[in-house]
Amino acid sequence: MSELVIRNLHVNVEGKEILKGLNLTLPQGEVHAIMGPNGTGKSTLAYTLMGHPKYEVTEGEVIFKGQNILELSPEERAHLGIFLAFQYPVAIPGVTLANFLRAAINAKRKAINPDDEGISVAEFRKLLMEKMRLLKMDPSFAGRYLNDGFSGGEKKRAEILQMAMLEPEIAILDETDSGLDIDALRIVSEGVNALRGPDLGVLVITHYQRILRYIKPDKVHIMMDGRIVESGGPELAEHLEEHGYDWLRERIAA
Amino acid sequence: MTAKARQRPRREVRLPFTAEMLPHDEPELLAAYRRAAWETYQRLPMPHRKMEAWRRTDIRGLRGENLRLPRENEFRSLPPVPEALTQPLVDREHGGQILLLPGGHERRMQADLAAQGVIFTDLRTAAAEHPDLLKQVLGKVVPAEDGKFAALAAAFSQNGVFVYVPRGVQVEAPLHSLAWGPGVGLAHIDHIVIWLDEGASLTYVHESASPDEDGQTLHAGLVEILLGNAAHLHFVELQSWGRHVWNFTHERAHLGRDASIEWIFGSLGSRLTKSFTQVRLAEAGSSARVSGFYFADGKQHLDHDTRQDHLAPHTTSDLLYKGALKDYSRSVWRGMIFVSPEAQKTDGYQANRNLMLSDTARADSIPGLEIKANDVRCTHGATIGKVDPEQMFYLRSRGIPAPDAERLIVEGFFDPIMQRIPFEGVRGRFSRAIHEKMG
Ligand SMILES: Nc1ncnc2c1ncn2[C@@H]1O[C@H](COP(=O)(O)OP(=O)(O)OP(=O)(O)O)[C@@H](O)[C@H]1O
Ligand SMILES: [Mg+2]
Repeated sequence: MSELVIRNLHVNVEGKEILKGLNLTLPQGEVHAIMGPNGTGKSTLAYTLMGHPKYEVTEGEVIFKGQNILELSPEERAHLGIFLAFQYPVAIPGVTLANFLRAAINAKRKAINPDDEGISVAEFRKLLMEKMRLLKMDPSFAGRYLNDGFSGGEKKRAEILQMAMLEPEIAILDETDSGLDIDALRIVSEGVNALRGPDLGVLVITHYQRILRYIKPDKVHIMMDGRIVESGGPELAEHLEEHGYDWLRERIAA
Repeated sequence: MTAKARQRPRREVRLPFTAEMLPHDEPELLAAYRRAAWETYQRLPMPHRKMEAWRRTDIRGLRGENLRLPRENEFRSLPPVPEALTQPLVDREHGGQILLLPGGHERRMQADLAAQGVIFTDLRTAAAEHPDLLKQVLGKVVPAEDGKFAALAAAFSQNGVFVYVPRGVQVEAPLHSLAWGPGVGLAHIDHIVIWLDEGASLTYVHESASPDEDGQTLHAGLVEILLGNAAHLHFVELQSWGRHVWNFTHERAHLGRDASIEWIFGSLGSRLTKSFTQVRLAEAGSSARVSGFYFADGKQHLDHDTRQDHLAPHTTSDLLYKGALKDYSRSVWRGMIFVSPEAQKTDGYQANRNLMLSDTARADSIPGLEIKANDVRCTHGATIGKVDPEQMFYLRSRGIPAPDAERLIVEGFFDPIMQRIPFEGVRGRFSRAIHEKMG
């Protein structure tokens, strides 16, 4: 078991500093939530952890399994077990969800063992159908072009399907709850809960306490202006829901 | 700049063809056709960049004076046809196959097709045994006047195929021809003639291929397709010439009342290609769907000229060409939908989509409409785009390495065309080509 350790992370986007010395430790086996006002840098953190080329790290490190993952390409980070459920997943017309997922699974297997022959079609289909059932997705989604014409909620469900198929060790869920109706929120949360275990650390980025009633966090962090400004237990999320962020802004200003 | 690069290209390509090189001892039908084509050939100017159709395609790099026609049976001393190319592309058994070889050909056909009255033979045999049929099509769909290379192919085609499907006959097993053009310094010239009589139907696959070699080789080809009333042709063409081949083709389908053609056109090989592909919707109710795909890399130059002529009311055409370009390659697509005054209720569509995989490749996409009727629906679209970096990041974040991610996106780009190809073998051949070209 390992932990993801973010130390003094500074990140620029197009020349502007968005993350300003962020510290956070997420052990495998735990669920942490990050909450914070719009434009605070939550997605910036998520993209930076995954290695998006637009996000320029100017200072700091992110250690996982003894490596500074900031030195790795996005695909190497994925092979190490990092997964990002995107706030806004892009559509890839012409590539079916099934073909894409098979390519992703095989890429990871090959990275671990260069002689790997890839998952068999039968085994893959079985796994995919099982995970789609878990997320109550219609099997026809397997043959649809990735995120192409998916509704907002379908995209989020497809992100969690990918998580279930790829079995990450650190999963960052960037507002996976937004755009989900009440039933979908429950199904997706149950899907995430089914994946919980000693080998999975989850970072849930959200604006609402709603999802945290289903996916019970071990810790809640509040992010403002590029930093973690407060950490606590699940009660912190309830406090935010009631009181908003003003008390924190006032405290920071003081 | 080196001394070599500074040399100015010659003003014009010189080709070595003379009257003495015309085929000998042919049936009079063919001989007369060739004499007339030879006259036309001499009269027409060599294409140059001041001609509208040739503005973007410079052929002055072709050292034509060094070319010669293959000798009788020359294929025996050249690399043989790879076994894989003779396998059925449309996952059933071939009804018949003709190999067009340098200085010869080989043919086989299922006996039951002959019993149905289907003719599938080389051009010379057709001229000897079926002159009354052949003369109704030969040179009638693509006249030699269409261009210098059309006239060249008409006059000198060493190889050819004549297909005739009698009235009402539905040919189940597809017919296949392969133009195999190994060798350097040769001029491979062929002529395919397909005639489906009223109500007949056929699937026909024509491939051209050769190994990559050093030097230069010429291919000139004619494809003439005549579809009688309510005839239906599924026509699949796949061009995989070696990187040294300069390829020029003129192809046209002429459609009768309620006839239809489903035309799939794949272009992967050659040093340079200039093709003219045309459908002529000559009578009411006829329809054509043309699906082209191309993938150019290295220094390849692929120029596809398409034309959809609507000459009668209630005619439909739907043309989609999609291409990817890599390295220093270049593509040109020039499309034209022509609607004559009497062709009311025409529905015409043309689109060309290009995916640029390098900053040094170039695509020109020039749609055209010329509409002389007032009650029509004609639309066109042309796009030139790049791989979206957000798509790349998404795929890579799932563990797919950058080269594989790019290949997935390219395959996805071509998928709408692949969906139009009901033949596993053709799709497989193309996706292998994508793999090879993407390295
Ligand atoms: N690719 C980008 N290009 C330009 N600006 C960016 C980019 N990504 C983020 N930013 C800017 O960085 C700041 C932080 O954005 P980010 O998306 O990280 O916020 P967030 O906390 O996720 O907000 P939200 O709660 O609305 O999702 C914003 O001001 C945003 O405009
Ligand atoms: Mg965000």
